[in-house]
Amino acid sequence: MAKSIDVSDLDIYYGDFKAVEGVNMSIRARAVTAFIGPSGCGKSTFLRALNRMHEVIPGARVEGKVIVSGQSLYDPTVDPVAVRRQIGMVFQRPNPFPTMSIYENVLAGMRLNSKKLSKSDADGIVEKSLRGANLWNEVKDRLGKPGMGLSGGQQQRLCIARAIAVSPEVLLMDEPCSALDPISTSAIEDLIHELKSEYTIVIVTHNMQQAARVSDETGFFNLKAAGQPGHLVEFNPTHKMFTNPDEPATEAYISGRFG
Amino acid sequence: MTFSAPTEATRKPVVRLGDRLFAGTARTAALIIMLALAGVFVFLTIEGLPGLTAPESIYKPADDFWSYVGPLVFGTILAAIVALVIAVPFSIGVALFISHYAPPRLAAPIAYVIDLLAAIPSVVYGLWGGLALAHSMTPAINWLYDNLSFIPFFAGPPSVTGRTMLTAGIVLAIMVIPITTAISREVFAQVPRLHEEAAMALGATRWETIRLAVFPYARSGVVSGVMLGLGRALGETMAVAMVLSATPVVTLNLISNTNPATIASNIASNYKEATPDRQALLIATGLVLFAVTFAVNFVARLIVSRHEKKVSR
Repeated sequence: MAKSIDVSDLDIYYGDFKAVEGVNMSIRARAVTAFIGPSGCGKSTFLRALNRMHEVIPGARVEGKVIVSGQSLYDPTVDPVAVRRQIGMVFQRPNPFPTMSIYENVLAGMRLNSKKLSKSDADGIVEKSLRGANLWNEVKDRLGKPGMGLSGGQQQRLCIARAIAVSPEVLLMDEPCSALDPISTSAIEDLIHELKSEYTIVIVTHNMQQAARVSDETGFFNLKAAGQPGHLVEFNPTHKMFTNPDEPATEAYISGRFG
Repeated sequence: MTFSAPTEATRKPVVRLGDRLFAGTARTAALIIMLALAGVFVFLTIEGLPGLTAPESIYKPADDFWSYVGPLVFGTILAAIVALVIAVPFSIGVALFISHYAPPRLAAPIAYVIDLLAAIPSVVYGLWGGLALAHSMTPAINWLYDNLSFIPFFAGPPSVTGRTMLTAGIVLAIMVIPITTAISREVFAQVPRLHEEAAMALGATRWETIRLAVFPYARSGVVSGVMLGLGRALGETMAVAMVLSATPVVTLNLISNTNPATIASNIASNYKEATPDRQALLIATGLVLFAVTFAVNFVARLIVSRHEKKVSR
């Protein structure tokens, strides 16, 4: 089930360094939300804070609130592992498990969540997830082959299949196309369009055309100055962002006058 | 700058002098290692062959070469297995702790201390094993006999001195641990962040992440570390010679006072006062050790590569 995310006054720190400051936004369910901005502006850090993945770096912590359908992610009683089971993530570079077959890669998350899985259930989940990731027709005859044998774009779709196999509520994508060629990129963008009917999708991208093509809402992150924390400059419907943004800085960035 | 069109005469690929020098040096080094290994083999064969067919009196208390070397081979492999059974889980645990669990402030000193263990000479381990450890092993040996004597390994009767195969195995294990730990730690630390994040983003706990992303990636490196440790356990002389008083028997019993020697410790304790015939015999046992080490390594590699093939089928 897709869920919305409400972020209020979120500050993110790595040790003493404040990486992101004062973010407020509401991410709609069953929509694609894109984050754009120059390198180092904290958009990836912010994305990772949405499923507590940034915590894998020692010393990382947040102040403020992230609420996913009424439940605070950073409540002390909340287990980060449980958060990540509900909020899936796709990374910059495709990262299928190298020793596993395509089939096993898709099921990796399921195997963690439930110990017993009948063969027919497993087959069903694999087919459904691979169909969901638009990969089924390309790999159905070689499910036992290693996932690393696929092309980069196929690997990335395999990673998406792996993420949606556990039926997450939200799917986070951290520059999912930055390592892919234009054809694979277009396949992933089509897929994002289809996935948004079922999932809440948040995507970080360096490619402004991509943000314009796939997203319903866009957030622009920027740094006030080098060494300063990143902050959210503007958050608006994508159409408005790319035609008539509220902030001059957004317009400058989008029209290529800086960044 | 212009590029002339290649004519027949200038078709040779361009190779820089530096490249050629470096490739030459590397090739020479590799060749020298192979030659050294072959040299050892040739020496063992030439010097050891007479030991295979010496007069019967040389093989006392056995009566031919194979019954002389048999218990030694058995003792060697038994000691190595006992050592590995203890050392491998321990090493992997310590390596994981250093690479994935310990806070950085603690990990570095622990890694340093473990590396130091590898630098302690084996004679020192032997002294410690024979004097201190053997003595304090006696209560444990008695306990094993009292409670687990139905297992052939602990059939007893328990040794009163504590100088048993079990003690020798523990000393060997302590010598194997630093090597295996150091290599495992290196490969665990090299697991790409991306693989671990893939597992964590699926909601894997720390242990599940290690199972899903770290172990598969590190498997062949860990096997290399275990093989190096096994090499040390198979070839160790002083520590075993100083702990065990050997009798040529074949027994699985780890806690009695009759224990087979290992090939290496047998050579070390007999070589000095051996007659030339006897020396040839000892060298021949060395050749057998050489072959055993080879075979064990080969079999281990085979198992691993077959396993890997199965995974990536």
